[in-house]
Amino acid sequence: MRFDRETLLIVGGIMGLLLLASTIVFVLKRRQGSGPPSPVIANLDARVRAWWIMVGLFTVALLTGGLGSVILFGLLSFFALREFITLTPTRPGDPRALFWAFFVITPLQYAIVAIQWYGLFAVFIPVYAFLFIPIRTALAADCKNFLERTAQVQWALMVCVYCVSHVPALLMLEIPGYPGANARLLLFFVIVVQLSDVLQYVWGKLLGRRKIAPLLSPNKTWEGFIGGVLSASAIGAALWWATPFQPWQAGVLAFIITLMGFFGGLVMSAIKRDRGVKDYGSMIEGHGGVMDRIDSICFAAPVFFHLVRFGFTLP
Amino acid sequence: MKLAHRGIAGLIRLISGVRPLPAAALPAGASVYFANHSSHLDFAVIWAALPATHRATTRPVAGRDYWEKSALRRFIARDFFNAVLIERQRVTTATNPLEPMLAALDAGASLIVFPEGTRGSGEIQPFKPGLFHIARARPAIPLVPTCLENLNRILPKGEILAVPVLGSIRLGPALTLEPRETKADFLSRARLAVQALQRSS
Repeated sequence: MRFDRETLLIVGGIMGLLLLASTIVFVLKRRQGSGPPSPVIANLDARVRAWWIMVGLFTVALLTGGLGSVILFGLLSFFALREFITLTPTRPGDPRALFWAFFVITPLQYAIVAIQWYGLFAVFIPVYAFLFIPIRTALAADCKNFLERTAQVQWALMVCVYCVSHVPALLMLEIPGYPGANARLLLFFVIVVQLSDVLQYVWGKLLGRRKIAPLLSPNKTWEGFIGGVLSASAIGAALWWATPFQPWQAGVLAFIITLMGFFGGLVMSAIKRDRGVKDYGSMIEGHGGVMDRIDSICFAAPVFFHLVRFGFTLP
Repeated sequence: MKLAHRGIAGLIRLISGVRPLPAAALPAGASVYFANHSSHLDFAVIWAALPATHRATTRPVAGRDYWEKSALRRFIARDFFNAVLIERQRVTTATNPLEPMLAALDAGASLIVFPEGTRGSGEIQPFKPGLFHIARARPAIPLVPTCLENLNRILPKGEILAVPVLGSIRLGPALTLEPRETKADFLSRARLAVQALQRSS
């Protein structure tokens, strides 16, 4: 597939942003002089380099058309599920149910996205996987903490697989007057969510004073939150020309996406704190695990998907 | 073989989710890594987590009775991992398990040992005395406490289906035998050194 003009413009814009970020890191390192870089700069360096890799992968996935994006988000779901299950205690009777979650339910959900069967996509995990997990666990005949154990696996599937699968599912929406351009919708969503994370980090580092939830997430400040949400929403509105939306609609949707993304990060932090860890994993240099990078996507994707579906597709 | 080693090590790290150990965190010469034992994957995971230079000179210690049962097992243990196979059942002076281990150390190799002797399920069992005998015979060799976590969740004892949770490996500061330390004291100190590395509990 070749990119159309709008997609090329956006991808070019992201590359430009990354070049700018790499230049800033380079200048910071030079200004600091010799010796090992300070922890903040080293972390920034690792983050920017990881961003290059993530943007590269994402661009390649978009270039392949639909299937590449489905596979990419399927893999992200798999790795996120892996990190999530690692953090939750399981018992000897659980491996069979978990085996199904990893190797049957997750691939099936993405196969359903790939063949664009909306009816099954929307209910497969909330109905069928929801019922299957406790049945398989009960067959293992271990009743200790039964409800907690099954609820953990159900939760893991909902957050890591069901919610994330709504991103490539954006490709199945049929929007009048926007044929074949759904890749741009996906791009719009991912850019707004991820930029909101980055901008909250930047505003927080520059101006952050008042902490929002010191117990849950000590780095989140009101200044970072407000600055990040407003600037990411403004960028979302400014990208309206690539979407089927009016500028004000793009702004409102971006605002909702960023809010949901923020709450997603907060909820996933609460789980990390309860389990006594700082990050879900260490797969992405400087960022932590896959789950640490996509926690905002988990909560924003289903809401964005359904708002677009209700508001912009034919009934 | 070298390329195969690299490939298999990478594959084991991918499956187990264990991160490679930095060379700076490891003793340079011959040393003994002693670890808790809960899964078939244990020795392969330690081997795979070591940097390539260390991996080439590190030999797992395993039971001869188990690893010589079939041609495939013999290939895996002897040819691929270059394991030091020791007698576990009919131990006589001629088959003293200590001898091949000391010979390997003297030749400059490092060893991977599981002092619990067999796979447990979570709780670390009391250590068998082999580690003490190594420490007494070669007091200069650093003994590195090694804690493996979650591997029994990936492939529990008696299961054939693996669940891809993330395993982890942590090393503690190296031990050596203290002067006049008794066998029981040393073994319980070594066991506690592994236990102290466990995240949960």
